[in-house]
Amino acid sequence: MDLFEYQGKQYFARYDIAVSAGGVALTVDEAVKQAELAQYPVVIKAQVQVGGRGKAGGIKLANNADEVRTHAKNILGMDIKGHIVKRIWVEHASDIDQEYYASFTLDRSAKRHLLMLSAQGGVEIEQVAVTDPTAIVKLYVNPIEGLSFDSARRAVVDARISEKAVDGVAAMLVKLYECFTKGDCDLAEINPLILKPNGEVHALDAKVTLDDNAAFRHPEWDEYRATEELDEREKLAREKNLQYIGLDGTVGIIANGAGLAMSTLDVVNQVGGQAANFLDIGGGANAELMTSALEVINSDTKVKSIFINIFGGITRGDEVAKGIVEAMKRVKLRAPIVIRLDGTNAKEGREIIANAGIAESQLISRATMLEAARVAVELAGKN
Amino acid sequence: MAIFVNENTKVLVQGLTGGQGRFHGLRNRDYGTQVVAGVTPGKAGQDVEGIPMYDTVDAAVAATGATASFIAVPPKAAPAAILEAARAGIGFIVCITEGVPAQDEARVFATLQRDFPKTRLLGPNCPGIISPGKCNIGITAGEIAALPTKSGPNVGIVSRSGTLTYQALYELKQLKIGVSTCVGIGGDPVPGTSFVDCLAEFQSDPETHAIIMIGEIGGSAEEEAAEFIMTHVTKPMSAYIAGVTAPAGKKMGHAGAIVSGGKGTAQGKMDALRSAGVKIGLNPTEACELMAQIVLGL
Repeated sequence: MDLFEYQGKQYFARYDIAVSAGGVALTVDEAVKQAELAQYPVVIKAQVQVGGRGKAGGIKLANNADEVRTHAKNILGMDIKGHIVKRIWVEHASDIDQEYYASFTLDRSAKRHLLMLSAQGGVEIEQVAVTDPTAIVKLYVNPIEGLSFDSARRAVVDARISEKAVDGVAAMLVKLYECFTKGDCDLAEINPLILKPNGEVHALDAKVTLDDNAAFRHPEWDEYRATEELDEREKLAREKNLQYIGLDGTVGIIANGAGLAMSTLDVVNQVGGQAANFLDIGGGANAELMTSALEVINSDTKVKSIFINIFGGITRGDEVAKGIVEAMKRVKLRAPIVIRLDGTNAKEGREIIANAGIAESQLISRATMLEAARVAVELAGKN
Repeated sequence: MAIFVNENTKVLVQGLTGGQGRFHGLRNRDYGTQVVAGVTPGKAGQDVEGIPMYDTVDAAVAATGATASFIAVPPKAAPAAILEAARAGIGFIVCITEGVPAQDEARVFATLQRDFPKTRLLGPNCPGIISPGKCNIGITAGEIAALPTKSGPNVGIVSRSGTLTYQALYELKQLKIGVSTCVGIGGDPVPGTSFVDCLAEFQSDPETHAIIMIGEIGGSAEEEAAEFIMTHVTKPMSAYIAGVTAPAGKKMGHAGAIVSGGKGTAQGKMDALRSAGVKIGLNPTEACELMAQIVLGL
């Protein structure tokens, strides 16, 4: 789960990482209130999970209530690369002496934590990696040893960060590492990490991605979940506990297994179509699950055909077929289904589908993934 | 021969009294796997359809001589279960648990590496391993796997995805091609066993003559495999990579299946494997058909 900047800052604050005084606002009046609390001058920042908001006019400085009103009014509701701004973050404006970059991720190849640190902050780190790779210091941390102040300090010195900031940045890195590990982050990034003229080090931005698998030990994440930006289809899928990702195409997809679902998207694309979604119903594939899945797919008005791709392993093909037939009785579908059933008892399953008394215009069975994809794409084109 | 597990492997099941553990543990036994013990704290002295239960892995190993463990416990309990098995001297651990936090996985992996370098962990979040006719640990339906033939050629399978693994097993069976061992390494960010580990084993297994690899988006395990293949693998290979059309920044069902910062794309992985001489299928069926051609030429 990706956090908004303000949530990231609140999360940082739990780990004693210095952030600016500020608050979140959903309306112009709230923005003024938050500005008074934070004290002028303040910065008003659009809360969207996409880069480039500064260039889009989503970050403004305000010296008084009138300016706050003007900017807040402009920014709330603004469309930044397809993301509508619903919240703004109002914080006390910081004096900046220098800007750095710091992040922790899990390096999957090394199976170690990875610190990336640079004296060049405030710009995209990917850009620095291209223009001046030597400006990024990488430090691998053994997860069972952790990050000591001394090794953090060495990394800071290696990154050629000003001497007066060395201890402050090193201390900040130790705290950020704690947030990253104990806070179960996939990513904890500060860009820019600033040095103020008074010598204080402080996080001016926050980019945090949380590991969904760790939600069971973080009840404090519930409030973040409430603000997650899901479309209607994704909301319905979450209610029904389905692994669903909304996409833009016209062929609705249901498959059992994440790999098979990904593969189904690929095959649909290969024959000239576009998937409307990713949906993995897991190994079970019974009537209940199939009904929920079809309801979610059916809620997507762009869907013109539905491709159900099932491989019977332990769950036999005949059981899956019965589940689909039963689900079709429960859900009134707007689009025809093409099913490819393979694996254990696939033949019996196909017979059940053929003899279910459902018209071929509604339920078509094909033996291979490729054939079924072709039919589904063709139907999506026609409907 | 086969890799990692064979007819002599003695398996204990951590969590045999739970729903998943019981279902799959008993299926594994029905397949012919030597399932010798179950472990659930507080259940010592009981049995699950004749399989004796123990409180600890230590006690189970002492009583039965188990050499491998099948872990089917909830995500919260999985890290401790893995380390308990390693401490008890288990050499091969299969953990099917889905939903283990990445930080826990990283710590478990580092602990195994430091304190139990001889223990191999498969998973978490993996379908398991099957050496057809000999041993099946995990959730694979044994009947879809073709037995290896004495004269060969036999194929080894290694995959990050469960259902795509079954698909490959099934298609090879239709094509009447034997399978030496099929390993599901799982879809999490820090798998205990990597593609490279499996490729090295397959390369030195006399019963394996060719290898199918099934990868997916996210991370760089396939690229590392490609490098290894160039220098260490002489057996012919075909591969399939899932997720060509997956949008960036989204976890596609598996915790590890995510394209981020332009890295971990299916295209990059296919290109790397292709330049290592691996035949690439654009869907799982094509990868198996390519394998059929390879096998014909052996």
